[in-house]
Amino acid sequence: MADLLKLNKINKIYGEKIKTQVLFDIDLSFEAQSFNAIIGESGSGKSTLMNIIGTLDKPTSGEVLIDGISTSSMKKEQLAELRNQTIGFIFQFHYLLPEFTVLENVLMPALIKNGRVGEAERKRALELIDLVGLTRVKNNLATDLSGGQQQRTAIARSLINEPKIILGDEPTGNLDSQTTESIYALLREINHDIKSTFIIITHDQRIAEKADRILEIKDGRINMDVTK
Amino acid sequence: MNQLSFRIAWRFLKSSKGQTLLILLGITIGVSVQIFIGSLIDGLQKSLVDNTIGRSSHITVEPLGREADFERNEDLIVKLQDDGRAAKIAESYSNSGFMVHDDDTWPLVMRGFEIEDADMIYRFSESLTEGALPQNQYEVMIGATLADEALLDIGDTFLAINPEGNSQEFKISGIFDLQVASINQTWAIMQIEDAQVLFSAEDRVSAIEIQIEDVFAADTIAAEWKTLIGEELQITNWKDQNASLLSGLSGQSASSYMIQVFVLLAVLLGISSVLAISVVQKSRQLGILKAMGIKDRAASWIFLAQGLILGIIGSILGTGLGLLLNWSFSIFVKNPDGTPLVPFYFDPVFVVLSMVIAIIAATLAAFIPARKSSKLNPIEVIKNG
Ligand SMILES: Nc1ncnc2c1ncn2[C@@H]1O[C@H](COP(=O)(O)OP(=O)(O)O)[C@@H](O)[C@H]1O
Ligand SMILES: [Mg+2]
Repeated sequence: MADLLKLNKINKIYGEKIKTQVLFDIDLSFEAQSFNAIIGESGSGKSTLMNIIGTLDKPTSGEVLIDGISTSSMKKEQLAELRNQTIGFIFQFHYLLPEFTVLENVLMPALIKNGRVGEAERKRALELIDLVGLTRVKNNLATDLSGGQQQRTAIARSLINEPKIILGDEPTGNLDSQTTESIYALLREINHDIKSTFIIITHDQRIAEKADRILEIKDGRINMDVTK
Repeated sequence: MNQLSFRIAWRFLKSSKGQTLLILLGITIGVSVQIFIGSLIDGLQKSLVDNTIGRSSHITVEPLGREADFERNEDLIVKLQDDGRAAKIAESYSNSGFMVHDDDTWPLVMRGFEIEDADMIYRFSESLTEGALPQNQYEVMIGATLADEALLDIGDTFLAINPEGNSQEFKISGIFDLQVASINQTWAIMQIEDAQVLFSAEDRVSAIEIQIEDVFAADTIAAEWKTLIGEELQITNWKDQNASLLSGLSGQSASSYMIQVFVLLAVLLGISSVLAISVVQKSRQLGILKAMGIKDRAASWIFLAQGLILGIIGSILGTGLGLLLNWSFSIFVKNPDGTPLVPFYFDPVFVVLSMVIAIIAATLAAFIPARKSSKLNPIEVIKNG
């Protein structure tokens, strides 16, 4: 199957005077519709890599190609549009907007996309909320939810614009193991149903083993890359 | 601006109620002070000008030099009437003589008018303390002071004498109080024909007295009419004769503008600083929105829209409060005679202008925070939690 995402010789160096190289010549490609897990010790460079893939951060050298198009020459505006329509983010710390309800948070990427929310988007948002099991609390403010509910909201939100790529940086990092299990089950189910490409950072070995492919990062380099 | 920025702006304002109310209070007080002071000074000036020239000629056509009168010119009157800017025109024939009654003599300024025309300028009928305006031949209206001194009453007669010795008996139809001591003491108001006959000046007039709608244009209008009246006549206007009043007024206006500008500035700084704080408070939300792909322009608009919303609501509330203050002032602060010290005066142009300026200012005050928000990089927020 075609490569949806390709990384060419990605280097990342932090700092001006005291330089710390965090990523070293990373070459990677991801197939469309695959479910990928990235593991590695804390501080190994996983988040840095993911932020570069998600165009939130820029590599010091090298390029990221999405659907065969290089993101390095894109302007801020184009990158914003790309993130809005092609990439869904699920972060460890949920990052919901506390002023808005569950439904409004889920609809936010659609509102950003179109400047308004139509009936179709609303219907889709309600379906997604149902899918993640939050129908009962859909009109609660984001702050009136448990950690697991917030994470489910973030998942529904990442799916509203039907992005090709979904990036999760330790999406279950601060959840209990039972909730973690059910969130991953949900992510896999969605991966089957809507055929998005998932790249998920986790340090839970049991979770990683359920992925199609496991990548291990060590000291800024790919240490292991197994596809089932 | 689209729905997106506006909806987020609205929600941000609603979710930090304390801060929102604080800014609103600031704008409301600022705009109300502006409207109050502006309207007060305006009203004060209007009533001052009205007291000064409301019942007198704004523009006067007179004979040149020491001449007492000039040939009546029907053409000129028609032209002035056709101009449209002359609201009220009254021809007069005036001259000095004496009043004799009960063997006593008083100096008398005989003012002959087309009574109906002159009444519109001088509002004699409102100044009558007794009797009626002169309507028939040889009827006259004298001032209250003169009537007191000469012990004259309605229906009494006296002899009016011109300097050459011609005399005529007049009958008193009314007694007036025009609020000016010298007028109440010396004027006798009569039909223009009677005055002309007494002074053997048939078909001559001593002045054309004109009131105009736009009183502050008196000097420019008078200058234009100079060509109309010809060489033998001169034209004067109230502004030339009241220079000190006018400079007082413009000094007052200048200080009123100063106060308004500083109030506005204080409000602006207030809004700007509170919104700047709110950008910092909302930086997490902005980071999330940017990660989800909101464009910098839309992110900026979130803050501009907040300024706009605050400006609109604040200026409406402020205008209401300001007008209420003006109204209370006119009701509760009175002259000894019970009339308001400063009458309630509502100038829609000034009020709308104040509102528009406040709204634009509030939006501009949001400009710096808006720029700050567009510079925020989502990665900082994402990494630092
Ligand atoms: N802005 C920065 N300046 C300097 N070093 C940084 C900066 N951001 C991250 N790092 C370093 O980069 C390394 C990788 O970080 P990160 O990608 O967050 O690791 P992981 O997500 O795998 O735990 C760490 O050693 C971290 O200290
Ligand atoms: Mg990390």
